[in-house]
Amino acid sequence: MIRKVSRHITQNEPLLFESSSPGKKGYQLPDLDVPAVDPAEALGAENVRGEIEDFPEVSEVEVVRHFTRLSTWNYGIDLGLFPLGSCTMKYNPRVNEAVARTEGLLWAHPYQPEALSQGAMEIIARLEAALAEITGMDAVTLQPAAGAHGEMTGIMLIRAYHESKGNPRKKILIPDSAHGTNPATATMVGYTVQNIKSNDRGMVDVESLASIVDEDVAGLMVTNPNTVGVFEGDIVRIAGILHEKGAQVYMDGANMNALVGITRPGDFGIDVMHLNLHKTFSTPHGGGGPGAGPVAVKSHLEPFLPIPRLRSENDQWRWDYDRPQTIGRVRAFYGNFGVLVRALAYIMAHGGEGLRNATLDALLNANYIRKLLEPYYQIAYQAPSMHECVFSDDRQAKRGVRTGDIAKRLIDYGFHPYTVSFPLIVRGAMMIEPTETESKAELDLFVDALISIAKEVEENPELVLKAPHSTRISRVDEVTAARKPILRWKPAPKASQAAD
Amino acid sequence: MLAVCGLQSLEELYRQLPPDVLLDRPLAIEPGKSEYEIVEYFRARGAENANGYPSFLGGGVYYHYRPVVVDTVVSRGEFLTSYTPYQPEIAQGTLTTIFEFQTMICQLTGMDAANASMYDGSSAVPEAAMMAVRITGRNKTLVAQNVHPEYRQVLRTYAMHQGMPIEEFAFDQAAGAADLEDLERRLDADTAAVIIQTPNFFGVIENVKAAAELAHKQGALLIVVFTEAVSLGLLEPPRDADIVAGELQSFAIPPSYGGPFAGILATREKYLRQLPGRLVGETKDSEGRRAFCLTLSTREQHIRREKATSNICTNQALIALMATVFLSLYGKRGLRELAEQNLAKAHYLAKDMKRRFSGPFFNEFVVQCNGRTPEAVNEALLQRKIIGGLPLGRWYPSLADCMLLCATEMSRREHMNTVREVLQNVPEAAHVR
Repeated sequence: MIRKVSRHITQNEPLLFESSSPGKKGYQLPDLDVPAVDPAEALGAENVRGEIEDFPEVSEVEVVRHFTRLSTWNYGIDLGLFPLGSCTMKYNPRVNEAVARTEGLLWAHPYQPEALSQGAMEIIARLEAALAEITGMDAVTLQPAAGAHGEMTGIMLIRAYHESKGNPRKKILIPDSAHGTNPATATMVGYTVQNIKSNDRGMVDVESLASIVDEDVAGLMVTNPNTVGVFEGDIVRIAGILHEKGAQVYMDGANMNALVGITRPGDFGIDVMHLNLHKTFSTPHGGGGPGAGPVAVKSHLEPFLPIPRLRSENDQWRWDYDRPQTIGRVRAFYGNFGVLVRALAYIMAHGGEGLRNATLDALLNANYIRKLLEPYYQIAYQAPSMHECVFSDDRQAKRGVRTGDIAKRLIDYGFHPYTVSFPLIVRGAMMIEPTETESKAELDLFVDALISIAKEVEENPELVLKAPHSTRISRVDEVTAARKPILRWKPAPKASQAAD
Repeated sequence: MLAVCGLQSLEELYRQLPPDVLLDRPLAIEPGKSEYEIVEYFRARGAENANGYPSFLGGGVYYHYRPVVVDTVVSRGEFLTSYTPYQPEIAQGTLTTIFEFQTMICQLTGMDAANASMYDGSSAVPEAAMMAVRITGRNKTLVAQNVHPEYRQVLRTYAMHQGMPIEEFAFDQAAGAADLEDLERRLDADTAAVIIQTPNFFGVIENVKAAAELAHKQGALLIVVFTEAVSLGLLEPPRDADIVAGELQSFAIPPSYGGPFAGILATREKYLRQLPGRLVGETKDSEGRRAFCLTLSTREQHIRREKATSNICTNQALIALMATVFLSLYGKRGLRELAEQNLAKAHYLAKDMKRRFSGPFFNEFVVQCNGRTPEAVNEALLQRKIIGGLPLGRWYPSLADCMLLCATEMSRREHMNTVREVLQNVPEAAHVR
């Protein structure tokens, strides 16, 4: 039975370009207080553009309605559980939004004098210190704009470190369970990628790892807990194997929310890692960004961190550009500052104990779901789950129903689907991460939905195969979208308009 | 819930961790604070920054008015708290706005296809260069020295280990535009891409057509960069470019001490399969209704892994949405009017000043400081509660006596008068009307 949602009407809405009519506007500019300038005269006629063809012309209320209507076609955390495994869709506290809009922060120009930027710099320093404490690392750069950007920065640090010892080395080892960004990153930094197989518990196989690590290996990229939600119990031994050959250990911190306050990567052998502030530290995903991907390192990698670095001088914060061993700049200015503000607000709201409690609640919620769903779905690995649990669609596949179908049916029950078909090492993966911010009531609704779907698979698989049934649109034709890409709106040809 | 899990205590939830890796003390982070205390903390930090100072800084980040409706829209929880639209049935809102965004970027730049946005302008530039390397099968990138210095630094960082030599070419010392003769000398059969910025870092408008002709003659691609997006409302779009990489901060994205911003990458139809990043395409649902979905994901790393076009796996959806709402409000006429106001303000500010470069400019220009250092001028302005221009010596030793000044629709006449007076070192009273 579907308990979380009822059908209601949603508004139709054309594209802005289609509702545009000449002369409408949604802006007001003050009267010019200086003489107008003739563009052709100032710039040269050849540099002045004509009218922007087909650009929208709509009124303010039409703009508000347009985007409000479109927003109602979306699902967000604000509407309920968003159990995307690995993505950590937790509640985004609104105080974080409010403080990021503080006047002196929102309008701070990155080139304004340092003496008039001390507040912003203090925030950066405080967040760096908090993240170093949480990860057990020695130094943090907040510049990378996203997780993958942090990965690139981290692997460049490893390369710079090896180069400083005279040999950049050749390859990066990556478990087959890793996020796809890991191998793409290693390639961008000039390394070849060697995949390493997981064992039957979903973990790195230590014996086979030991047999392949040699002086050509620059480092290992490991996710811990890994992408099946299992803690790499041999991590200390793994790090030891790498370190013995002079190689470095990179940790993809996508799942750091399972560890905060319990254990610290810096204490189990990690040399460099990134964090996703939009996951562990609750900054909003915003439909796919902005994020932030700070990188934390042990002291031996600090000289290579990107410029600029924050430095304290006579009780004033300064930006230090004079870093001879730096890998350079990874982006303009100082990082996604607005995201950093939100993350610091989250850390301040929780405090040390609160952060640990959040971790425990995340683990409890994941294990609760696992326990209740295990009778109905095949758990991928028997190893204990941390903050997420991964099932396989093995049982449902026998009825011709796959993970993607179950996911679509969940939509009818009022939930966003779990992560579908990832990690790749699990056949028909269903990866569920509830996060700590969900109540038992919400979790129970979710579990009931999945149990109900499991029964539907037995009794009426067609119902699941054709899902969703209650959305504005049914399943979309992604094949045609890719085969004949239409990536922008164009006005209908005049002749066919007449025919309409 | 513990009982359901068969556990006695929360600590048992991590019993599988080796005891020697467990943290044996509380995190050294202050106890949790109330909402009021958090708001107060950030208010105090904001107060330590410049507040209420008129500013003439540009250089990649611009002060433009942010219409109220922009935050109204991006504060909607359905946009703010949604994820990447992998499930199109319940993400049509985000997908539709991205499709509109891609369309507007094409309309503004004169390109055929634009992706769903990049981290920012600076990271869009190396992604454009990598794209040109893939398309041409060549390695070398030529970048003009008047492209934003920090963008060039980012380009070098990305290119360092990808076998992509980066070579800089000069700017014309008189006009401030790219030195096309120097470009022509350096162009060769190994050149994959030529990168210019317009308006460039000095605010001068480049001759895109001429640069394109030179690049194309040698089989190289032309990448055109912009940092001041409002200029697109008035300037001829870079139609002769092969790839356009830019920064949208000017479209209602707050300066926020340098981020988060949104970059764009746009290109011609024939190169679209080499575009990195997310793309939204139009399609139909199983009942024939118009629908949108993420598309061409076979370029991306979750499928291609080490063979992907880039490791980028996000866009800046919420920030791109700010730009989309802004462009919807201003529309066809408004963007033009806004750009014309910027032009008028900057030309008012520049009047009688000793401009360092003679090339045409939009809303930024380089000025010589009349025998004083730019720092001294800025100090004099600060005493009048005005933040002056950006001193250029840090990146261009030969321009150590120069600053980059920017005026926008937010610059007021009386403040501009003060800047003019201080720069010309004349008593303020003489010009005050």
